Formats: sequence, C-alpha cells, structure tokens
Amino acid sequence: MTARPDPAAAITFDSVTKTFPGSRQPAVAPLDLEVPSGEIVVLIGPSGCGKTTTLRMVNRLIEPTAGSIAIGGVDVRRQPATELRRGIGYVIQQVGLFPHRTIAQNVATLPRMLGWDKARIGARVDELVELVGLEQGMLDRYPAELSGGQQQRVGVARALAADPPVLLMDEPFGAVDPIVRGRLQYELLALQERVRKTIVLVTHDIDEAITVGDRIAVLNTGGVLEQYGSPDDLLAHPANEFVEAFLGAERSLKRLTLAKVSDLELSGGPVVPADATPTEAREVMDREASNWVGVVRGDRFLGWVPREALDGQGTIGEIEAAPPAALVRPASSLREALEVIMNSRSSVAVVADGERFGGVVTLEKIRAGLEA
Amino acid sequence: MTFWGPRGWALGVVNTERWLWWEWVRTHPDDILRALREHVVFTVVAVVGGLVLSAPLAFAGTRRPRLRGAILGLAGAVYTIPSLALFAILVPVFGLQRITVILPLVGYTLLILVRNIIAGLDGVSPSLKEAADGMGFTPLARLLRVELPLALPAIIAGVRIATVTTIGLTTIAAIAGLGGLGQLIVVGLNRPMRTAVTVGAVLSVALAVLADLGLGGLQRALTPWARRER
Repeated sequence: MTARPDPAAAITFDSVTKTFPGSRQPAVAPLDLEVPSGEIVVLIGPSGCGKTTTLRMVNRLIEPTAGSIAIGGVDVRRQPATELRRGIGYVIQQVGLFPHRTIAQNVATLPRMLGWDKARIGARVDELVELVGLEQGMLDRYPAELSGGQQQRVGVARALAADPPVLLMDEPFGAVDPIVRGRLQYELLALQERVRKTIVLVTHDIDEAITVGDRIAVLNTGGVLEQYGSPDDLLAHPANEFVEAFLGAERSLKRLTLAKVSDLELSGGPVVPADATPTEAREVMDREASNWVGVVRGDRFLGWVPREALDGQGTIGEIEAAPPAALVRPASSLREALEVIMNSRSSVAVVADGERFGGVVTLEKIRAGLEA
Repeated sequence: MTFWGPRGWALGVVNTERWLWWEWVRTHPDDILRALREHVVFTVVAVVGGLVLSAPLAFAGTRRPRLRGAILGLAGAVYTIPSLALFAILVPVFGLQRITVILPLVGYTLLILVRNIIAGLDGVSPSLKEAADGMGFTPLARLLRVELPLALPAIIAGVRIATVTTIGLTTIAAIAGLGGLGQLIVVGLNRPMRTAVTVGAVLSVALAVLADLGLGGLQRALTPWARRER
C-alpha cells in the first residue's frame, strides 16, 4: 500500500447543480469545488444543504441536473455507473454490512466481484483487518455479532478492499456513541496517514469536521457554498455570519485544539543561560513579569529558579533548579500547552523535542499565535 | 383399485367396520405407496410451479408499486374461489386430467408465495441496497446476492405454508379420480373400507407435518447467519 496520494484522484465539481423532480428549489446550487488529491475534505451544513446529495453525485447514486464532476480530470460519466462505483470506496452511516455474509466475505465483496484469485483476496483481507484494527478471530463471525464500532471498521475495510483512490464517507460515525466516535475519528486520521486517499466526508458535527478535515466546505440550505478552507482558516476568519453561527461558540478554544505548539514563536520568554549572573536573571524576570526563571545549559533545560533564590553570587547555574512539572512536545496542541501552563508554578510550559529544549510557551505567546 | 383383495374376502375375515385393520394395511402396500407418491408429486409440482410463477410476479411487484396492488389483488381473488368450485369449472375445460388438479393447486399457492416473497424483499434494509449499489453491484447481482438471500427466511416461510396447504388441498384430486391420498379416503368411504380412510387421513397429516419440519430445517440450514446474534 502506498503512502503517496494518487495524483489522479483529485475531485473537481464544475458548476454542479441538482434539482430533484417536483421541486423548484435546487438541492445543490451551481457548485464549484476542488477536492485535492490525498486530502480529507468535509462537507458540512444544516439538513437540507445538499451535502449528502453532493457526495452521492460523485459515485452517481444521484445524477446531477447540470454541470460535471471529474475524478483525476476524467468525467465520472465516461464509464458505466457500476464500473465507476467499483473504483470508489463508499461508507455510509448504517454501515450496510451484508448480514448473511461473514466479516471476511463482506470485506472480500469487491475483490471477488473483480475476479481476484483466492490467495490474493485472502492476503488483502488479512492486510485490511490489520489496517483498520480488527482481530483475525472476527473474520468468521457475522456482522450481527460485532459492536457498532467494530462494524464501522469493517465497513471502512470493505470500502478500501480494492484500494480505490477515492473514499466517500456519508456520516460514517453518526451511529456510534461519542466515545467510540472519537476513537474512530482518530483511527481514520491514523489510517489516512498510511493510505493517503482522497476522502470526501459528510457530517453535521462541526467538531468532527474540525478534527478530521484538512479542508471544510460549509454548505447552506439549497447547496450554497458559504466557505471553503482549512479548519483553522474557518475558525480564525469565518466568511460571514452563517459560518460564524455554524462554527458555534468557543471558536478560540476549538483553535487551541487544532493549533500545534510548533506553530508558535518559541524563543524568548523567562529563560536565561546557565552562565548568566543573578543580575541578568533579575532583568529577564522583570521584563517578563515573572517570579521564576528557566535555566538552560546548551540544549538542556535544567529547571526553574525562583526570584528569592537569587543571592547575588556566582552564576545562576550554581543554584539548585526545580525541574518542570510537565513538558509539552512541538506536536502537542495549544490546548495541552494551556493545561500545562495552568498547572505550572511559573505559568510557563517548557517545550521538549525529545531530550532537546525547544523553547517555552506562555499565555502571551498563545494569544499572539491565535491572532496571527 | 384393489383395496379389498380377493384373499381377504376368500378368507372370510374382511372387517370393513374397523378404523384400523392391520391385515388390510399389510396386504395393500403398493396401493398405499402409490397414493402417497401421487400426493407428493402433485404437491411438489404445484408448489414448484407456484414458485416459478410467483417469483417474477413478486419481483415486478417490488419494483413497480402500482403493479404490486394488481398482482396481490388478482392472487387474492383466485385464493377466494372455493376449491371444489374451481375443480368444477376446470373439469369441463380440461377433462379429468392432471392439469385439472395442478392448475387450482398452483393458483392457491400464488397468493401465499407472492405475498411472502414481496414481504421478504421489502424487509431488506434500504441501507443494504444502498451499500450494494455504492459498491457497483448490477441490479441483477444485487437481487441474487443480497436481496434474495436476505428474503430467504420469509420466502421459505411462505413455501412452508403453501406446501402444507397444498398437501391438504391435494386430497381433492380424488374427486376427479386422479389419485393421491384423497383417493384412499374417498374410495374407503364409498365401499366402505374404513381402514383405507384412516390410512389416507393419517398419511396426509403425517406428510404435512414432515414437510413443515423438513422445510423448517432447510431454512435453518440455509440461513446460519439469522441465528447468530451478539
């Protein structure tokens, strides 16, 4: 399985319109959208915004009234619908596992239809079971014997069976409880790291969109595209009141979850080298309005020294320093950094990249980072 | 028919009044087995014929809602005709032939089978059909590999009812003199030879029970997935 995105898997919506028979209002207004290859694009919006209709036009379960959809530059209408669908993974909320077939048979549905030989199918099923985190022992069971979360994993494995470059997911985690949903979202991201598919995912859960989406397309009633951008883009600069209302309260908190420590300017802060004098340390503390100063020797963070420990003698490295209560990594979210700041006496989170000192995070830096 | 073989009369031990006279049973195995075989053949031909006719009707009914009403209405109308009346109508047309018996029997299975096949196909969850379509099943492949297997419990349930009903109705064939277990009953009443009546009645009941159990077993064997729940 390749980890590189298939360059031929970008999806292009070109003025796609859908008006259902008997309805005067279009379900999808002329929609132009480019889903880049290897990315997860989330379609989100209130019910009636045409997000599922948009998704189902990609594999032609619904045919557009006007406009065209292309995958890798090839119009989806160039081949028969059944052929097209065999090359596109499809995951739905109700999973739709065939209850009369075992897990192994369900996963092998498409390879069997495509006429793969037995050995190849068996190897592929084993590979998929490992990929989505199921156990070999489940292969001979029937879907009714599995939990909702397990069934959803099988659904994903089945959709990936023929290694399609494109995966369509219609509220894939809508039917499982919140704890399992969170885990499945995380698993989807880990899976995507390995398979790099072009994924279009429909949801009505803004938190899910922010968690899994590389880009989010916010649709309004009648299939009007209100904004299309990265989650951070949407949270930082909502295009209009509709998007702002849809994103909900606590936009800054949501961005804290999304943004990484490495996104911040990490140099500076109440930190001095070990050979600094107490006077220099005091100046840094005054400048940073802090009663603690961090001591660094080379690329090692030695610990914190309180203002009252400065006795005016020697260098600051000679004073015994208190180790930091907790560290954050460059990949940690700002939310984690905030948690560490709240629990630290110095109100500063120390960033460690492995053993190496990577700077510090302060409240001021987080605020500055969110404003950027 | 030689229900009262000369041997019995000659021995002077014929007992026509007894409801179960083993001597008669022992001396007439061929007659009993032939009646049983004829009965089974009538039933199998009627039920299989009914299935062959009702399957396409049911498929059409599930695809076209307007056809469904017409099909169920027609099958229901046939079902309400009393069986004796139907025989009476068909005898002048076809004479005393097997077709005179088979046609009404097939007709009576239609309503049961069409209704059950439609119910079975309707019972297949829309999400399964969507999943199948989304994976690129052709309509025929979806019907054969997803819808029909899942409708099987309902379809076999229909076959069970149709079979048991047909086994009961087939006794009517005797009125046209076309054999079956009914022949034992009719002739036994006419002669009289009460033991023949008993044998005919008991065997048709036993046949119905066996068919029902057998088809129930077949259903369980064909749908192992239906029994396994978490």
